[in-house]
Amino acid sequence: MVQSLGLLKETPSQTAGPYVHIGCVPNFSGIEGVYPEDLGRGMVNARTRGERITVTGRVIDGTGTPLRDVLVEIWQADAMGLYNSPMETRGQADPEFTGWGRCPGDMTSGEFRFETIKPGAVPYPDGRIQAPHITFWIVARGINIGLHTRMYFPDEEAANAADPLLSRIEHKIRVPTLIAKSSGGGAYVFDIHLQGDNETIFLDI
Amino acid sequence: MPESIRNDQSPAGANFPRDRSWHPPAFTPWYKTSVPRSPKQALISLDGTVSEITGPVFGHNMLGELDNDLVRNFAKPGESPIGQRIIVHGRVLDENGRGVAGALVEFWQANAGGRYRHKKETYLAPLDPNFGGCGRTITAEDGFYSFRTIKPGPYPWPNGVNDWRPAHIHFSVFGHSFSQRLITQMYFEGDPLIWQCPIVKTIPSREAIESLIAPLDMANTIPMDARAYKFDIVLRGRRSTLFENRMEGN
Repeated sequence: MVQSLGLLKETPSQTAGPYVHIGCVPNFSGIEGVYPEDLGRGMVNARTRGERITVTGRVIDGTGTPLRDVLVEIWQADAMGLYNSPMETRGQADPEFTGWGRCPGDMTSGEFRFETIKPGAVPYPDGRIQAPHITFWIVARGINIGLHTRMYFPDEEAANAADPLLSRIEHKIRVPTLIAKSSGGGAYVFDIHLQGDNETIFLDI
Repeated sequence: MPESIRNDQSPAGANFPRDRSWHPPAFTPWYKTSVPRSPKQALISLDGTVSEITGPVFGHNMLGELDNDLVRNFAKPGESPIGQRIIVHGRVLDENGRGVAGALVEFWQANAGGRYRHKKETYLAPLDPNFGGCGRTITAEDGFYSFRTIKPGPYPWPNGVNDWRPAHIHFSVFGHSFSQRLITQMYFEGDPLIWQCPIVKTIPSREAIESLIAPLDMANTIPMDARAYKFDIVLRGRRSTLFENRMEGN
């Protein structure tokens, strides 16, 4: 016999179900008066530093149909590449930027929309620089465990080419699934495909 | 933000790898909606970087007085929802067994008749005019949380011809790292529907399923008022970084 490691097992995931809105964005689901506003709606204010951008997109199933009951959360660095988090040890992030957003897909079109700023670059553990990116987390009915992925920027070709994650993906044909499309004026479109020829790369982080 | 939210002052290490054989797989055809919504390609492994190790923080000052009291947070003055009054309490821990302080916990559920208050819900059971079904709280220094509600009812759902969900409460939990993000469901001790539910059966092992079943807690039950159920939630642990990611000579 040896000593026990004594580790607990993580609580197993279960699907968020079709009514995730009730718990996470109740005002959106029609439950008004319990919370003053839904969490994660406002990431920026007038004093937030950085280039304003919008990120819109849809989460699309294997039949090509957008999910109309999805909930998307994003997490990103501020314009200087610092996270507004107690776990950030490299410096003080912009206090006027939360870094975290939450948006339900529209109940008709499935579209999500975030008004945010373009994140700065952040380091990889070995000291290399990661290209600017936004972390996504997707939950919905039929998704048994939340899906993590990242969105990179189309106007950062050199940084993307040197990015430690993008550059080690074996199937290069899949890399574009992580890069948003620019529609000009700081507007980016990032559609997420759960299956099919354009299946988005999902991460085990 | 209080310093105490950090377990120590060393640079944050990555989370322990997720045991994917313990969690439900993406593709579980007996839960039909998973079929078109399950990725088919392998996940790309990424040991946590600062983007995954960090996470948003929520202050206690965002909470309203009734946010963790579903019996009162939607009810008309002087009225209460129909149903069995219960208290759900427990701790949010990490895999090292440490309490997770300052964790936002959100919960939602159907009413006593198994009906959700949602625009797209069509089950014929009635809405309760005094029950909304959402609540939230933030864990204390030792990871403790609690809320009061009424016990949700089971309900039928369109999957198989005659599938019923066991009584359950949905939980959304934030840890200190965005990679700890978790959504799950709590079930109630003794409910025979647990073992027939296609969504429960997405979890591979009986042991893992049992970790989602809250026992009746008579010790914490309030006499002549509300029974208690205890539900601990375990988030991913994270590595110590004493010997990690430092160039030799630094």
